This record gives sequence, C-alpha cells and structure tokens, in this order.
Amino acid sequence: MKPAFWPVLLLALCSHQVAAAVAADAAFSAAERKAFMQPAADLPFEQRMTFVLGRAIFEKIWVSSPSSTTASDGLGPLYNARSCLQCHINNGRGLPPDEQGSANRNGILIQLGIPGNGHTGRQGVTPDPVYGRQLQTFAVTGLPAEARLKLTYSYESVPLNGGETVELRKPVYQPDNPGYGDFHPQLQLSPRLAPAMIGLGLLELIPEADILAREDPDDLNADGISGRANRVYHPDFKELQLGRFGWKAGQADLRLQNTSALNTDIGIGNPDYPAAGGDCTAAQPACLNAPHGNTPAQGNLEASAEMMAVLLFYTQHLEVPPRRNTDHPDVQAGEQLFHEIGCSQCHTPVHTTGHAADRPALSNRTIKPYTDLLLHDMGEGLADHRPEFAASGREWRTPPLWGLGHHIAVSGERALLHDGRARTLNEAILWHGGEAETARERFRQLTPQQRKYLISFLESL
Amino acid sequence: MSLKRLLLPAAIAAAVMSPFTPVAISQASAAATTVEASAASVSQHYADIAEAVFADSLIAAKQLQQAINTLLDTPTDANLAAARDAWIAARVPYQQSEVYRFGNAIVDDWEGKVNAWPLDEGLIDYVDGDFYGSESDINAWYSANIIANPVLNIGGKQVDAGTIDKTLLAETLHEIDGVEANVATGYHAIEFLLWGQDLNGTNPGAGNRPASDFDTDNCSNGNCDRRRDYLKAATELLIDDLTEMANNWKQGGAARQQLAAKGELGALATITTGMGSLAYGELAGERTKLGLMLHDPEEEHDCFSDNTHWSHFHDALGIRNAYLGEYSRIDGSQLKGPSLSALTQAANPALDQKMRDHLNATQAAAQAMVDAAAEGQTFDVLIAAGNTEGNARVQAFVDALTAQTQVLEEVMATLGIADVQLEGSDSLDNPAAVLGG
Repeated sequence: MKPAFWPVLLLALCSHQVAAAVAADAAFSAAERKAFMQPAADLPFEQRMTFVLGRAIFEKIWVSSPSSTTASDGLGPLYNARSCLQCHINNGRGLPPDEQGSANRNGILIQLGIPGNGHTGRQGVTPDPVYGRQLQTFAVTGLPAEARLKLTYSYESVPLNGGETVELRKPVYQPDNPGYGDFHPQLQLSPRLAPAMIGLGLLELIPEADILAREDPDDLNADGISGRANRVYHPDFKELQLGRFGWKAGQADLRLQNTSALNTDIGIGNPDYPAAGGDCTAAQPACLNAPHGNTPAQGNLEASAEMMAVLLFYTQHLEVPPRRNTDHPDVQAGEQLFHEIGCSQCHTPVHTTGHAADRPALSNRTIKPYTDLLLHDMGEGLADHRPEFAASGREWRTPPLWGLGHHIAVSGERALLHDGRARTLNEAILWHGGEAETARERFRQLTPQQRKYLISFLESL
Repeated sequence: MSLKRLLLPAAIAAAVMSPFTPVAISQASAAATTVEASAASVSQHYADIAEAVFADSLIAAKQLQQAINTLLDTPTDANLAAARDAWIAARVPYQQSEVYRFGNAIVDDWEGKVNAWPLDEGLIDYVDGDFYGSESDINAWYSANIIANPVLNIGGKQVDAGTIDKTLLAETLHEIDGVEANVATGYHAIEFLLWGQDLNGTNPGAGNRPASDFDTDNCSNGNCDRRRDYLKAATELLIDDLTEMANNWKQGGAARQQLAAKGELGALATITTGMGSLAYGELAGERTKLGLMLHDPEEEHDCFSDNTHWSHFHDALGIRNAYLGEYSRIDGSQLKGPSLSALTQAANPALDQKMRDHLNATQAAAQAMVDAAAEGQTFDVLIAAGNTEGNARVQAFVDALTAQTQVLEEVMATLGIADVQLEGSDSLDNPAAVLGG
C-alpha cells in the first residue's frame, strides 16, 4: 500500500471478492499480451513509419513545463495520466483501482457535471464551475490535485436458472480531499474506463447511413429497443454530427476523441483543444497561470497538428485480432444463442466500411465489431445521471465486443462495462437493464449448458 | 543443403528436447578468418558481448562517479568539464548495449531506471523562467523542484524530500503517479545536473551550468548542498543498476538463463528482432524521424549535452556488433566470435555481404551526423526547420536504418527465424508486422 501517493481506496469488507490479480507475465505469451498493438494487416510499407511515429506519441511520457524537451512538455497542470498508454494497458482496457493501489490500475477517470442545460450546447455537458468537466487526480509539482478518489463497492447476488448465483458489485466513487474548495452540492460523477484501442479506424469508416438506418427512437417496431444516434457538436462543421466515440458517443470522430482526451486527461493543448491548462477553470488561477509547453515549433501549442496527425493514424490502424475457435461446436452453439436471445439486436455483428483514400488498409472491409454505435437506455443500475449531448443519464452507446476474449491477456484481468465493475462476462451481461432487460432475462433463464456456450462464443471474439 | 533446411528442423528439435543440439555450420568464405558458427555458439557469443558491454558500462560509470566526486570536492570549471567528458565517455558502451534491450525482457524491464526519457527536469532543479516568457507572477513555478524544497507537492501529493538519497529518488518519486519509467533518475538526470538546461532550442550550444552550482562556499542558484546530494544519489543509483545488469550477464546470470530458455531458434530470433526493433521503430522512428518531423529537439536523446549524434552512432554500432559478433571494449581489446553474419554467409554469401553493406552504410550516415556536429551542426541544429541540408543528413540516417531493416528481414527468412514468436519483451516489434513490407 502506498497511502501517501495513491487514491485512497476504501473497499468493502469482503475483500476476498476482489478479483485476484492475474500474473499476466507468467500466464500469457508476449504475442497474447500484445494482441492489441499490431498494425492493420494490409498497412502499406510506406505508411509503417507513420504508424511507428504515432505509436511514439501514444506511448510518450509527458513531462511538466518548462523542459528542454519542448515537444514532450506541457503535462497538466492537472492530469489523470502522463501518457495514453498508462490508462490503455497494452492498448487494451484500463483497470479500476485496487486495494493495494497498484501502479498499473489507472484506468478510471471521473467526468463531472452539474444540473443545467450545458449538454444541449457545444460543450455537451454542464461543467462544474470550479472543477471543470473532469476530475484530475494528479497535478504537476507545486499544485494540489483536484481530489483523491474513494471507491467502495456494494454487492448483490443474482440467481440464474439452474441454481447458480452471480455476485454483482456496484462501485461508488466519492471524491475526497478536494484541492480547490467544496464540490458543487449536486455534482454529477460519471466514472469512465479507458477502452481498448483496436479497430477504431474501422468503426470510423462505417457509413453514417448504415448506422442511422438502425435508429428506432420511438420503437416503432415495438421490440422494446429504441436505439438513438447521439448528435454532438463538431467544430469543423460548426454543427451537430453523428456521435461515434466515447461511452456515450460524445465525440464525432477519432481525431476529436484523441485530442480531447489528450487535453482533458493529460493536459496537453493541441489544435482542436488549444488550452495549455487542459481542464483548468477560471476558478483555478494558479493552474491557469502555471508554465505551459507552447512552442513555436509546435504551432504555438503543446502538441502540433503533425503530432496529432500521426497519433490519429496510429489509433486508426490498430488491428483487431482474428477470432479464435470459430469451428468449435460450443462456440457455434453460443453464436446461435447470441442471436436467439436478442444480444445481436444492439450488438450488430457485421458492418462494411466505406472508402478513405488515405487509409487503404481500412477501406471496403467487412468487419464484425458487434455494435450498432447507437445509444440505448441501459436501466437504473448502470445510469450515471449525467447527460452528454443527446445521451441521457441512462443511455450508453453499445460498445463493440471484438477483442472480448483477449482482455485478460492484454490488460491483466477483466474489468467490463463503462466503469470496469464487471469481473466476468456473466456479470457484464447481468448488469444489462432498460432496453436490454428482456435479453438479460432470457440469458438468466438459459440452462447452464447454454450459458456456457454463449460465454464460449464471447470468448472467441 | 540450404541453411534454412538445416537449421529449422534441428533447432525445433533442440527447442523441444535439448538446448545443446549443435547446428554446426562451417564458414567457408573468402574472408580472412574462418569462424565456426552454430546457432548455439552465436547465441553464446551474443551473451559474451553483452557481458563485456555491460561490464564496460559499469566501469565507465564508476569513472564518471570518480570525476563527479572530484567535482564535488573541488567545484571548478575544469573539474566540471572533466565530469562532463566522463559522462560522454560513459555513454559509449551504454549506447552499444541498447540492442540488448529489445528482445531481452530482463534488460527492457530495467531500462526505464537508467535511461528514462524524457526527463522531468523541472521536478529536479531550477529551470529558466525566461525560456517561456517573463511574467513575474509565475516565477514561483521555477523553484517548485526537489532540490529547492524539502517538502513539496508532487503529482498532487505532499512529499517529504528532506533527505535527498537513493530511497527518495528510486522509490518515493518513482511511485508517485504510477509511471513505469522514472523521469527523475538515470543517465539523463545526471546529464541535466552536469549541463543544465539547453536553452538554445535548435540553435547551436548545449546546456551551460556553472561549476559554482555545486559550491557550498560560493553557491550559485541556491541549494548547492541539496544539488550535490541529488547528483551523488543519482550517480550511486546508476552504479547500483548497472552492477545488477552486469551481473545478470555473467556466466550463469539471470539474463543468460532467460536467453537459453528460448532455445536456439528463439535466441537467434532474439538477436535479430532486437536489432530490427531498435533500428526501425526506436532509432529511425522515435528518436530520429520524430524529431525531424517536428523540427524540435524533442527526441534529441542526449539533449543537455548535445551528444545525440554520438548516442545515435553507438546505438547503430551496437546493432552492427550484434550481427558481426564483434565488440571493441573501452580498453581497446576486441571481442570477435561466432556471428549471425557467419550463419548467413554459409547460407547465402551475397545476402551476408548485402547486410554488411547496409550496416556500413548506416554507420556512414551516422558518421555524417558526427562530422556535422564537429562543425557546430549538432543534432538539434540539423533538425531545425529551414536547415534543408541538415534535415537531409538526418533523413539519410533514417533511410539507411529503414533499408537495413528490410535486408535484416531477408536474413531472418534465410535463417528460418522470421516467424519465431518471441517471449518476454514488450518492446519488441512483431517482425512480420513492423520490420518490413
């Protein structure tokens, strides 16, 4: 335990229920651990250097200003991580904090909001007037962090057909030790886990019309599932665009997803989000006045357009590992059940990407991400009560399921859903509520054998 | 019989049954010396060179420590200059060791302690406020560092830095925000303390710290006692870390055991994949092309000392050493033994010659940067926007490394190791995916 330097964790008493840390190094080969770090299969040789340079930016450890390494400084002043890779473990999902405060479990950040109409405007949220749109739990030398995080879990058991019960844990995050005065009395907290980085350039190339064709906001087909596209402000077009990225589809494209994360999570100003102080607010003058890393060579920013371009290229071109065990009868039976109980109504298996002249390796590909990229009401159990553009506090974007079988090898353990609460596939399924309640109930009623098939299928992804 | 046919089944059998199955290939060539090479002997010699190169790194670091002690005893300009010279000399063997980082997990996991980059220099010591403008109200920021403050907020948490020692640097700071690479220790922390900030941007000139920064009787820039403590502790840590790695490569050491456990094919693949990962992704990409693209001294690896040209030269030389089975020790003695070159030559003499030609071309391109530096055009000047000739010289180095790596891929295919899955190092690029087209 490193109490002085790590978010204080007050875990529930039943610590035996905290998943045992998986000794990733021993259990998995380097190839398995690096399954999410490979370039797109058909990446032309002349684009490999761009991929390598983008990787360097993704893995770059930012330092505070001023520093001689002018293109690597500008950290914070408030930040959640020093590098992209620090949260996206091996390019995979992050992990929520544990009892020991293990250093590699920096995968959760807390987005903030307060009641208001901000979500209908350009920002997509109503930020806290002091703490901004996100809680930064680290700060550069000399400044206090915004808070430490207290994490507690509450537990409940869900019975399944056949006598088995599954224990679900619900995290409650509470900011402690506020560094800049009291929090807003109605502060909204939305914990967000760093997602896996694979296949993002492919999702970006799914034609908009194909996504919108699946919308059914008024549930006209009366299947209990609405499906709405988020509509988010895009600075290039100065108007609302289809949202694709983020847990609530709050960003229209990967470029903005990258640049907003760089600005808010690491505190690096860039062409899209030029504020060198990142998420510092006017109520945090010491933060705003802290040295910045803007340099002429970087276009008077901390990170230049060129740097963002190679980062974008890298994040677009991370290959999705091929499926495994597809000819196994259990897997095939599970795939059948996946459709039968209704999972595929939102987790749309197949899409075809469009064409982008600068991305030949991603163009015109048939892909199987298992998502419709639409928002769905997932019920009270998962709700964060913090709207983001058109997404309500109960709605979440269907996350892609590809790579699901690799998370333990890549990240060290499984931490599913938007805040990593689910330790197993079973738990993740059982958290589905709202529009997915019918499918979840069908899952609960499956025989143990059938559930095993379904899990085998998910593990094959 | 082709080498591939000979090597593959034998080595697979070796991996399964015994690590000692010999795969003898006699080098019958026009070369002056005939070296008996087998997969086992090549891997053995690769480890022998590692032992020598890390031993040399340790010896040179101890000489650096001596020079630093002399500086701290008598903080004169001459002694500071001698300490800087010793630092530059210490980089010569260390940079040649970097080829071992890629492929050997034991080196890769350790590397962040000794060679972490970039450095969080503002966390360590004073930096120049004027560098970023001169608003007086932000002056406080330029003294928010460990040397100036026995107690301070680091990473948003209050830290007791009353005593600057190895524990503070290696443990307390290291754990603050969970970053694997320690941004406050290693060669570059020592470099920063010896040179100070390089405030010249892409103009000529290195850092210019005065010797009086270490003089408690005539202290410049304040806190000379604590600055001395930091330099001393960082140097001691470097010695500790290098001692550990030098021991790992001695006979029976942990690094040799790791290598042996991979079997003969795995060991050969470790060598080549390490060469390729360093040459292409790391050296050509991150450390050279990125800086060139951004026209910024960012990835200038030895930026305080303006020693990047030598740093790159010796990185490349380490790659060449790994192929040729050669190493010139710092005392002038030579190591030469069974090599990948010999294995390749036995299978395809023309390919071996091609690989040698490319390695030599890379060294020539590196030498051109060294020559430029001698004329005042150091790496940071070469990559400046508008320096067309300088940019071209750096690009030539990138191109040479890229071409070399593509030939290396042919070598790997010829040796039957292109598809070997390597264990253990997360810094390795998947050779099939990244090395070539």
